[in-house]
Amino acid sequence: MNEFVERLVSLRWAEPKKSYDVVIVGGGGHGLATAYYLATRHGITNVAVLERGYIGSGNSGRNTTVIRANYGIPEAVRFYQHSVELYQGLEQETGRGLMHERKGLLWLAHSEMGARAERARAELNTAFGADTVYVERDDILRICPQLDLDGGGVWPVRGGSYHPAAATARHDRVVWAFAEGAMARGVDVAQRTEVTGLKTDRGRVVGVDTPQGPIHAGHVLSAVGGHVTSLVSKVGLRLPIRTHPLQAFVTNHYQRQFHPIVASADLLFYASQTARGEMLIGAEIDRQPSYSYRAGHPFIQHCAHRAMTLLPLLGKLKVLRQWTGVCDMSPDYSPILGESGIDGLYLTTGWGTWGFKAIPAGGEQMARLIAEGETPELIAPFSLDRFARDRTLADRGSSGTH
Amino acid sequence: MSIQISCPHCGPRPMEEFLFGEIPVTPDSLTDPRDRDLDRGFMHQNPEGPTVERWFHLYGCRRWCTVERDTRTDEITEAG
Repeated sequence: MNEFVERLVSLRWAEPKKSYDVVIVGGGGHGLATAYYLATRHGITNVAVLERGYIGSGNSGRNTTVIRANYGIPEAVRFYQHSVELYQGLEQETGRGLMHERKGLLWLAHSEMGARAERARAELNTAFGADTVYVERDDILRICPQLDLDGGGVWPVRGGSYHPAAATARHDRVVWAFAEGAMARGVDVAQRTEVTGLKTDRGRVVGVDTPQGPIHAGHVLSAVGGHVTSLVSKVGLRLPIRTHPLQAFVTNHYQRQFHPIVASADLLFYASQTARGEMLIGAEIDRQPSYSYRAGHPFIQHCAHRAMTLLPLLGKLKVLRQWTGVCDMSPDYSPILGESGIDGLYLTTGWGTWGFKAIPAGGEQMARLIAEGETPELIAPFSLDRFARDRTLADRGSSGTH
Repeated sequence: MSIQISCPHCGPRPMEEFLFGEIPVTPDSLTDPRDRDLDRGFMHQNPEGPTVERWFHLYGCRRWCTVERDTRTDEITEAG
């Protein structure tokens, strides 16, 4: 983070003390939001957030900023709808401009099966509190006039679902707002402080090791993105997580307004326009697991070809930037958050390709769990032990896209 | 230029032609059959660093090869 930005938001970095009530590993959105809600909702401020790089340098600054709740299972719809609502009030709560903009999301179907899936999505979302409607071709063209509904003659659009509450926000501002709010209430945030190990005492996690020395903690939360498997393996914990790269790119400025977010599950891509006017295109994860931030031409080639099938306007634009994040994929495409099974250690992981939209709700619920010692009802289905209990939450509403 | 995997049958080919295949390892320390089943069904080593994997040359000879790869950089050190 450069000086210019530091002057805009009042971030006061701390040298970590020797001991805290709560140590949060990872200064991304989820870690900082948990610290923020611990301080604001529960009055717990003896908290440290330790970040290996700079805050928001991982997936919180690499995602495609989509906020939505149109998921495919009741548990997820309820959880993400709560997050969508928290985001709507976040600018007012933190007093910071987060460039939160309601855009609406069109999810297109190209086959009879796909159209049925979108109808089912609309019914399920409505039943569990998220607003989604099924839309026909006429409505789709009204919402997004730039779409080629014939799909280049190959992927004609049959129909789709429309989720009006979907929004985007500036991702690093979200990170800074939570950091600032937490710091103002006494939370210590330390950058360039890597956690190299977990300290245990009689089977309980009681702190973390850093190159600057050990830090004692009443509770440790792993809010690590990408490297969580290595961290928790230090206490013998195995996770159902595989880390895959996810690439995205933006084009140069598109002169007209492109209002909605458009997604196609069959063509495996989604597009929106950034506040700067760039067209932002995302797609599915790379198939091989990797921690590498390598981005490559094959991805752009595949993705641009598919995106141009529905959005011919992209053909006139140039690719401006491309980047990669590393996503912790769970076997059922649902997050893993709550108790770890080891005393004193909590997890918020498995955020795959759907972590940004969950930041406020994930942070709020993890703070409640740590403060009150009981798993809140909203996140109870997402516990790590669901795999052992045979209660996995297969959610195709998030696989591949977003 | 994308990363190349040296297929023993086709020579160096772009990684995108291949399909990743994991070699699952269940730790010996897990002795309870229930724990072993759970591990086999859901858990991953998710290694960070050099690792040995199987890759399938899907858009090529459609044969498997063994590849040594560093997951931090995607650098491929050996294929055979």
